Amino acid sequence: MTAPKFTTGQRVRIADRTPPVHHRVPSYAKGQVGIIERVCGMHGEPEKFIRGDGKPAQRLYRVTIPQTELWKPYDGTASDILEIEIFEHWLEPAA
Amino acid sequence: MTGHDHTRTFQADHPEPTSDAARIGLALRELLIEAGHYTVDEEQAVIAAMQGASPENGAKIVARAWTDPAYRERLLNNGGKALEEAGFDIAPYEFTVMENTGNIHNVIVCTLCSCYPRSLLGMSPAWYKSKSYRSRVVREPRKVLAEFGVKLNEDVDVRVHDSTAELRYMVLPQRPAGTDGWSGEKLASLVTRDSLIGTQRDLRVRHRTRNKL
Repeated sequence: MTAPKFTTGQRVRIADRTPPVHHRVPSYAKGQVGIIERVCGMHGEPEKFIRGDGKPAQRLYRVTIPQTELWKPYDGTASDILEIEIFEHWLEPAA
Repeated sequence: MTGHDHTRTFQADHPEPTSDAARIGLALRELLIEAGHYTVDEEQAVIAAMQGASPENGAKIVARAWTDPAYRERLLNNGGKALEEAGFDIAPYEFTVMENTGNIHNVIVCTLCSCYPRSLLGMSPAWYKSKSYRSRVVREPRKVLAEFGVKLNEDVDVRVHDSTAELRYMVLPQRPAGTDGWSGEKLASLVTRDSLIGTQRDLRVRHRTRNKL
């Protein structure tokens, strides 16, 4: 099991890309900055699996994004959040 | 075809496919079985297990968390382990429990498809799979929740959990007032499917009025 690249509380950016295969990142989350809520386990990578390249294990994280950052305008409060599961190869450190 | 010929369709009462997509699905299934990837018996066992699952399983876990603070702690910290302890297993998925409090309300969705802890809670409701719920509850959760009858004040934070990959979620609703000393079984009877998804917040304590007459 590879050591996680990110830790809980770290600011990360979700990559804004659209590979021509099945992937588990909804378009609304692409390019968004969030905070690692928790480090999850290792799970099969959907993009490689769907291409027939097996299911190599990838680290999964939960990322918290403020709703007011995701949607403009957003009808709610500044503390409303969205939490989403993102694989490690979709994340990069954010300032 | 005989009435119980499971080698033809998934279930004896399964209708003949009427679309090309359904025919392709059935053909693929036959090929997988023929190639030995799994057997008809294994398939039937999975179908039976899913049909045997229901929100009552989740309700039992909630009641235990309400009455056993150490179990509640374990459930929130490692849902999968706590689930095993209670005799359930949703492998290969990670089981994640989100707790409602006086100022936090959790709601679950899968925007990409309709991921749901089926092997624990049974089939998901039709609205959970609808495009409308899946797209709107992330965009305007307070409005969607209000349509379900959940009116949240501004001092309650909304947490939307998008089940996009390998985690499966359940909400731990708040224990209603007036239930002190209740048995686990009685407490579990208060827990609804929607409260485990987060589209219901307040559980109703039904008093038997006949006792008062």
